[in-house]
Amino acid sequence: MSFNRLISIGFAATLGLISLSANATIDAYPFQDESKEAEFKELINELRCPKCQNQTISDSDAGLAKDLKDKTYEMVQEGATKREVIGYMVDRYGNFVHYQPPVQSSTWVLWYGPFAFMLVAFIAIVVVIRQRGKTTTSTVELSAQEKARLDELMKKDDSKS
Amino acid sequence: MNKRLILLVPLACFLFVGAFFYTALFSDPRELESALVGKPVPEFELPDLLNPSRQLTKQSFGEGHYLINVWATWCPTCRAEHEYLNKLAKLGVKIVGINYKDEPAKARVWLEQLGDPYVLNVQDYKGDLAIDLGVYGAPETYVVDTNGIIVYRHVGDVNERVWRDKLAEKYREAGEVNEL
Repeated sequence: MSFNRLISIGFAATLGLISLSANATIDAYPFQDESKEAEFKELINELRCPKCQNQTISDSDAGLAKDLKDKTYEMVQEGATKREVIGYMVDRYGNFVHYQPPVQSSTWVLWYGPFAFMLVAFIAIVVVIRQRGKTTTSTVELSAQEKARLDELMKKDDSKS
Repeated sequence: MNKRLILLVPLACFLFVGAFFYTALFSDPRELESALVGKPVPEFELPDLLNPSRQLTKQSFGEGHYLINVWATWCPTCRAEHEYLNKLAKLGVKIVGINYKDEPAKARVWLEQLGDPYVLNVQDYKGDLAIDLGVYGAPETYVVDTNGIIVYRHVGDVNERVWRDKLAEKYREAGEVNEL
């Protein structure tokens, strides 16, 4: 009983610590201007940490992510637009640093690939359905000649029995 | 005949996707294309590690082609490559160092103990120059040609294999630019 209690206290304390540290990182970047704060938050959630590969700089604890956050903060405070900050980062770290790569020849597969695949799948479905339609209709319809032959065969059959 | 060809479509799709993943399998995800290749070494003004009262700019690197090596005492791989850098320096390769987000005192002790392969060292305490270079870790090595243009970037340690397979040729070519 007391052991369970201990665990729950420990759990609560850990949660408390986690929320404290999360608050601390946000408080490290004080803003007077709310629109600038919004811009900053948007940017750090859109820029990718080059060191950690699949985390935003807001998400990452890497030293470089901190440096880039500092740089973003500094630029936003100085009145840089979102585009300017992203441009600054892309100039240094390449398109990799932004989670929305630009449309260019090297990223065509990325942007249009899914649509191309959907198109191929759609065409395949249409072709399959059409062919099925063809085979069923051809068995239903008989030519006049065939009908005559069928009648003849049926008559023969009748006369036998 | 036509139907037979349609049966090959899934195979073609499979081969395409297969080729895509196969090439991705053997690429190193840490090796990002450098945005700085083809551009000049960024401007800066930072203190000299060994003589902090002296300010360095990119003009301090002097004429000719050279390597820029980003290093720090907190970086174990930098220690691993250091001996090979000493060797390259002895062979006459010009290396300038950027001491990246490091304690200057520790860095000076490191050079005293392990040898100093650098013609000079920029003390980039805050990492400003590193951001301008697009550095995302240490060690990184850049090849700069005689016109001051970055022609190649290598992420990770420099060792005999890397030098032989990648850097040596780039370094030699970087020195030839002016002669053309």
